[in-house]
Amino acid sequence: MTTRIGVVTFPGSLDDRDAQRAVRLAGAEPVALWHRDKDLHQVDAVVLPGGFSYGDYLRCGAISRFSPVMETVIEQAKLGMPVLGICNGFQVLCESHLLPGALTRNDSLHFVCRDQKLRIENAETAWTGDYSAGQEIVVPLKNGEGRFVADAHVLDELEAEGRVVARYLAGGNAADGYGNPNGSYRDIAGITNAAGNVVGLMPHPEHAVEPLTGPTTEGLGFFTSVLKQLVNA
Amino acid sequence: MSLDTVKNAEQTPDAAQPWAELGLKEDEYARIREILGRRPTGAELAMYSVMWSEHCSYKSSKVHLKQFGEKKPDSDAMLVGIGENAGVVDVGQGYAVTFKVESHNHPSYIEPYQGAATGIGGIVRDILAMGARPVAVMDPLRFGAADHPDTRRVLPGIVAGIGGYGNCLGLPNIGGEVVFDSCYQGNPLVNALCVGVMKHEDIHLAQASGAGNKVILYGARTGGDGIGGVSVLASETFDDTKPTKRPAVQVGDPFQEKLLIECTLEIFREKLVKGIQDLGGAGLSCATSELASAGSGGMRIDLDTVHLRDHTLSPEEILMSESQERMCAIVEPDKVARFLEICEKWDVIANVIGEVTDGERLEIFWHGELVVDVPPRTVAHEGPTYQRPYARPSWQDALQADAPTAERLARPTTGEGLKADLLKVASHPNQASKSWITDQYDRYVLGNTVLSHGEDSGMIRIDDETNLGVSVATDGNGRYAKLDPYTGAQLALAEAYRNVAAGGAKPLAVSDCLNFGSPEDPDVMWQFAEATRGLADACLVLGTPVTGGNVSLYNQTGEVAIHPTPVVAVLGVIDDVTRRTPVAFAEEGQLLYLLGDTADELGGSAWSQVVHDHLGGLPPKVDLERERLLGEILISASRDGMIDAAHDLSDGGLGQALVESCLKGGHGARIVVPEGTDPFVFLFSESAGRAVVAVPRSEELRFNDMCTARGLPATRIGVVDGDALDVQGQFTVSLAELKDAHTGVIEALLA
Repeated sequence: MTTRIGVVTFPGSLDDRDAQRAVRLAGAEPVALWHRDKDLHQVDAVVLPGGFSYGDYLRCGAISRFSPVMETVIEQAKLGMPVLGICNGFQVLCESHLLPGALTRNDSLHFVCRDQKLRIENAETAWTGDYSAGQEIVVPLKNGEGRFVADAHVLDELEAEGRVVARYLAGGNAADGYGNPNGSYRDIAGITNAAGNVVGLMPHPEHAVEPLTGPTTEGLGFFTSVLKQLVNA
Repeated sequence: MSLDTVKNAEQTPDAAQPWAELGLKEDEYARIREILGRRPTGAELAMYSVMWSEHCSYKSSKVHLKQFGEKKPDSDAMLVGIGENAGVVDVGQGYAVTFKVESHNHPSYIEPYQGAATGIGGIVRDILAMGARPVAVMDPLRFGAADHPDTRRVLPGIVAGIGGYGNCLGLPNIGGEVVFDSCYQGNPLVNALCVGVMKHEDIHLAQASGAGNKVILYGARTGGDGIGGVSVLASETFDDTKPTKRPAVQVGDPFQEKLLIECTLEIFREKLVKGIQDLGGAGLSCATSELASAGSGGMRIDLDTVHLRDHTLSPEEILMSESQERMCAIVEPDKVARFLEICEKWDVIANVIGEVTDGERLEIFWHGELVVDVPPRTVAHEGPTYQRPYARPSWQDALQADAPTAERLARPTTGEGLKADLLKVASHPNQASKSWITDQYDRYVLGNTVLSHGEDSGMIRIDDETNLGVSVATDGNGRYAKLDPYTGAQLALAEAYRNVAAGGAKPLAVSDCLNFGSPEDPDVMWQFAEATRGLADACLVLGTPVTGGNVSLYNQTGEVAIHPTPVVAVLGVIDDVTRRTPVAFAEEGQLLYLLGDTADELGGSAWSQVVHDHLGGLPPKVDLERERLLGEILISASRDGMIDAAHDLSDGGLGQALVESCLKGGHGARIVVPEGTDPFVFLFSESAGRAVVAVPRSEELRFNDMCTARGLPATRIGVVDGDALDVQGQFTVSLAELKDAHTGVIEALLA
């Protein structure tokens, strides 16, 4: 049986079709999920895609978190279903309290779109098994509010438990993708929950899945990882 | 004051009306009275005044724009031509592409963020209204001097507005231009282009036919924004219990537009509309009169059913409001329920506001009273036409005589001098990296961007399975056009055409945004007449029809007009986007060839501007047959894998192209100045019809044979090599030094 990975469309989701394409290229079947529909249609995992759900009104992700589909996603995530939130999806996961911390306005106060170097710090989550810890990858990054913040206690806990999934690489030229693009605390680009099934990531791995349209194909690993984990489960 | 109904207008023929304040001329007002056989009501006057404005009626420009139709080249590709919301071009495999470039200059100067944002919003709705899914945007921009304090106010706002709106819509921004010149100081040019894709059978047109069909207004609520001149009328009509000042610039909400796009595309998929029109300039007045005029003619509208954001609006204001994110559809009665259901799914407000009638009048009611009763064609399509006087400016000869000869403008004669000028040109804001600007735009969303910023053209894949793609480039050099508007317009077309071909795509069609000063100035009108004539003549030779576009006049401060700036967008098609050719020199050892002929042509050049702050002489000559040949060679070489990089030569000449291609690829180049060639002219001339290409050694013979057989001069000038640009016998400059010069310039001035 093919593995079914749901991609939620909220009003204002933008990278939903791209996430579906990445799921397809990884070898799974993408299933479009609608924000008003609580039913997850028997998917094995869920991607919350990038965009500006509900126009970022109030706060990024603050309204989406109350949409009917999220009730089920939150419930299933707590039971262990793999959930990946990319960019706006990461913001939704924080607003849903599936992940700690918050994403705030970039320190430059500008939207930034660039090819970003990352180091995978944790290769044991549901979404990073195909990477190795310490592996460096380049994927696109594009956000206006991508600065990860949390209080020192939470940051220490994330570090201590190995829950920082990816970090922006410092050093080198910004034009070559180095450095912290938005002022995220401790260069954090992505984190996971304690169980490792829920991952939030500010950069966009779904835009690095084809040599033709991405800077690399190094983002595909997020999608093949979850597929492998689901097939082996 | 009571409601000005048709009945009231008939009974009070002599009531004074503010036609002059609304921008109408006395004879225009008289003509409205003649058409109606009575004085217009307030609402009718408001409608005529906006629809007969320069912006909506093209009254000064249309006698010249006619040429684009009269001299239209034979092209199998045109599916829908000028006159609709946007032209539509056949790109094969059952796909059609629509694209258009428009201006939002004046609003963007007054309120940079919202002006630029709603410029994107408007052009995207135009494309959507043709039945297409918008797939990419581009922004050709012109600003005053980069170091002028007001540029710091205008540019960051405009860039943030374009990013804020476009990024939120999920449309990749794949290119455009940023040019600084003090002539744009009080008149920045903010042009916006959108590309959309559909299947042939999905083309929709803006017409209302079929008596009994319903008129549905959907999208955002109608508010008091963007009413502009009509506020004069409003303040006379109503008491002082309501806000008197409303912004003349519209305020955009990209989230609403995103919903509108998805909702409209779903409505198209279910084939629920007979005709559709977006609401842009002149709002509901424009949409209803144009739909009715292009259809069978009759329409009845009940303004009380329009969803309002401000319940105090008068009927005149509702008709004039330019509130954003609204569309108007004509729907058969049995499809209305499903139409409204889809709107509800997307949280889009929709209302039946009227119906198509079998009459010939556009009738609009307010509180049960008839306030508008007009023949719609007289509003939408039969506005005034002016034959504005024009004459070659008295200063034109002197300007052209002031040629940048070696005697007049000192040229570098040593290797060190050449290097210094190369770095000056590369570090001038016009030639420097624009990444501080373009990194604020999302180029990745939708996952189909193949080429974007820093490339010669923007290219997107339109079919995942077949790899069919389209590309677009926009160009327009105001300095060239100032020296000679006829040639300048042709050079704009030639450059955009060359840029599309350099990426590997076949140029198919043109859209233009003609930015000029006041048409009431015979000098400006001459520039306009010359530029349109030049463009139409060139389109005929290159076989690329003008599919639509926009004219922006009155771009001037006091008596001083901007440089005439015809911005030309060329759309091309490529069968397989994996064969595209980027500008980067990516492979060591590949051979560099200069295609075309180089002459001593420095008039209007970047070098003359940067090094001598000079503008005079004649722009480079145009040879359209040569452009076509060069284009064919570039496309064939791309398709057959004979070249791995190509960069068109334009601003800054060969020197600048080498700088860009080296930096982009991270490889240097060893260059030999061909014997008998002046190194300065070789590096800085802006002769048209040229490109530099990187040829793999294994392909050299084949490539050479092709150029020889086709009669295109191809000169081997060097090799991709090392980590410096080494012009042998002259100078060497390291990539690190080039990068220092080329990057960080805009940030330093504006961030």
